[in-house]
Amino acid sequence: MKGSFWRKAAAFGVTALGLATVQSAAGAAEDTTIAVSIPAADHGWTAGIVYHAQQAAKEIEAAFPHIKVIVKTSPSASDQASALEDLVASRKVDALVILPYSSEELTSPVKEVKKKGTFITVVDRGLTDPTIEDLYLAGDNIAVGRTTADYMKQALGGKGDIVVLRGIPTVIDDERIKGFQDALQGSNIKILEMQYAHWNSDEGFKVMQDFLAKYNKIDAVWANDDDMLLGVLEAVKQSGRKDIRLALGGNGMKQMIEKVKAGDALTPIEVPYPPSMIKTAIYMTAAQFNGQAPIRGKVKLDAPLITKENADEYYFPESPF
Amino acid sequence: MTIMTAAGAGGRARLVPNLTTAGPFLALFILVCLGYLMNHDFLAMSNVLNVVTRSAFTAIIAVGATFVISTGGLDLSVGSMAAFVTGIMILFMNMIAGDIGLWAIPAGMAVVVVAGSLCGLLNGAIVTLGRIEPFIVTLGTMGIFRALITYMANGGTIPIDASLREAYRPIYFGAIAGIPVPIVVSAAVAILASFVLYKTKFGRRCSAVGANEDVARYSGISVPAIRTAAFAIQGLCVGIAAICYVPRLGAATPTTGSLWELQVITAVVIGGTPLRGGTGRIWGTIAGAIILEVIGNLMVLSDFVSEYLVAAVQGVIIIIAMLVQRLSK
Repeated sequence: MKGSFWRKAAAFGVTALGLATVQSAAGAAEDTTIAVSIPAADHGWTAGIVYHAQQAAKEIEAAFPHIKVIVKTSPSASDQASALEDLVASRKVDALVILPYSSEELTSPVKEVKKKGTFITVVDRGLTDPTIEDLYLAGDNIAVGRTTADYMKQALGGKGDIVVLRGIPTVIDDERIKGFQDALQGSNIKILEMQYAHWNSDEGFKVMQDFLAKYNKIDAVWANDDDMLLGVLEAVKQSGRKDIRLALGGNGMKQMIEKVKAGDALTPIEVPYPPSMIKTAIYMTAAQFNGQAPIRGKVKLDAPLITKENADEYYFPESPF
Repeated sequence: MTIMTAAGAGGRARLVPNLTTAGPFLALFILVCLGYLMNHDFLAMSNVLNVVTRSAFTAIIAVGATFVISTGGLDLSVGSMAAFVTGIMILFMNMIAGDIGLWAIPAGMAVVVVAGSLCGLLNGAIVTLGRIEPFIVTLGTMGIFRALITYMANGGTIPIDASLREAYRPIYFGAIAGIPVPIVVSAAVAILASFVLYKTKFGRRCSAVGANEDVARYSGISVPAIRTAAFAIQGLCVGIAAICYVPRLGAATPTTGSLWELQVITAVVIGGTPLRGGTGRIWGTIAGAIILEVIGNLMVLSDFVSEYLVAAVQGVIIIIAMLVQRLSK
């Protein structure tokens, strides 16, 4: 009797008790569908999201034949909302893993899916109503700034003049900058200037050229994303200046991880905000339908320092990012 | 008769620069003076060369846009097209680099120029054969080119082969007689374009078509042919700009060239070419492209603009530059 109750619960994804449900080997006959809804690949980081989601889908389906993973990409928030409607209209979806375009616009569409008893995993950007999600998984943008600043303090001996390239005015950008500034407090490292370069390599190049023209001595530069760092490095190279000791980025783009692996002098470390987090989320959601591992709750991936020693762990040569 | 008068007046204006065409240069001069007052490093040789070199992509593409706009057309696809043909060029060079080594670079240049011209021709053909507004056609191809580069890059980056990277760098970072290569290239493009637009039958026909399509048709001008050719020239210019762009960062990405179309149109209009067509001012366009880049440079070099307000101040300066241009008439 008990077994049948649990099987039903698994099928509908409704578990009020907050415990993981079980679908034992005996019950594997019932198929489980996990839908994954993510932004389309329009820049490096989202390209990484798409790559890792597809990898995870393949691996999960190979490991657990009763689980089917559908990956759906959408080019905008409204497309993503329509995609959700289509997904649940045509089939029974046991779990939804979603990286929402924007919190506000996707909250009510996800709520509609939830009403059908679907297990909801939210990744990276939270919904405005946190009671909808069964599992929330994200990286830590404040830690991205903090880890970078801590390394910079140590590498520069606690003092120096630095410049910072910000991305696009968003919460993500603000958090990274806040983590960075807070961690620098009390040191003698001075931020000469910050400018927005819109997470774009070409703008990173221009802004860095202008910083170099304006300041005679720059000890280090932090671009809070690796796309901008690409442009920064070209500008530094062109100037031929030797005063810049560090040029650091963030996110974990494979070209930068390659530099870290090679022991590059300007970019000896990286700090991840890895798109592979979507894979973590899909794996954890699959655990909900296999084995009795409790997964409800909030998971925050840290932003540890990537050095030459552990760079392989964050290196995905096949990924576009 | 009307055509002859219009073209004749335009031609005279260019031989002897008078106040009508001096507007954009005046605006540029005022900006440069302001820049020097705010920060003396602004006129340091290295800064000046950096800024003018950076303006080269916009300038080269905007020269092509001057043709399109002077015929009464508009091309919104140039930014996406630049990204798309850049991607084609890099993939092609990487493919043949193993077989023919550094010869891949000139081969790639040939390919990108052809690819750009074909893209422009496609735009022109759809506009003229399909009789659809250029705004809508190029809005469509803008999306198409952007999607194609994203597809080619899997959303990520298409980097140039490492064996070609160093050899190709001088096309952006090198100099001929002390002048950075992109500046030389854009000057050459502008000289050639002003010859074509002002001294050839084709150039006069471009202005005639833009001034009054019906009159042009009654004068025996093939309006569709002229319009299509203007779009093809636009594509050719995008290809030339790509040649200078690739060695800078050595990669094409789905965000390459984003919003360049707006930069380009702004440069053309600040330069004195009216959006409704009928005349084209090549050197004004070049000045317009430099003005836009100088504004960006000043935002960083001056200390009193908050990073949050940069875009607003840029917008104000563009409008003032436009007013200076108008009032000097």
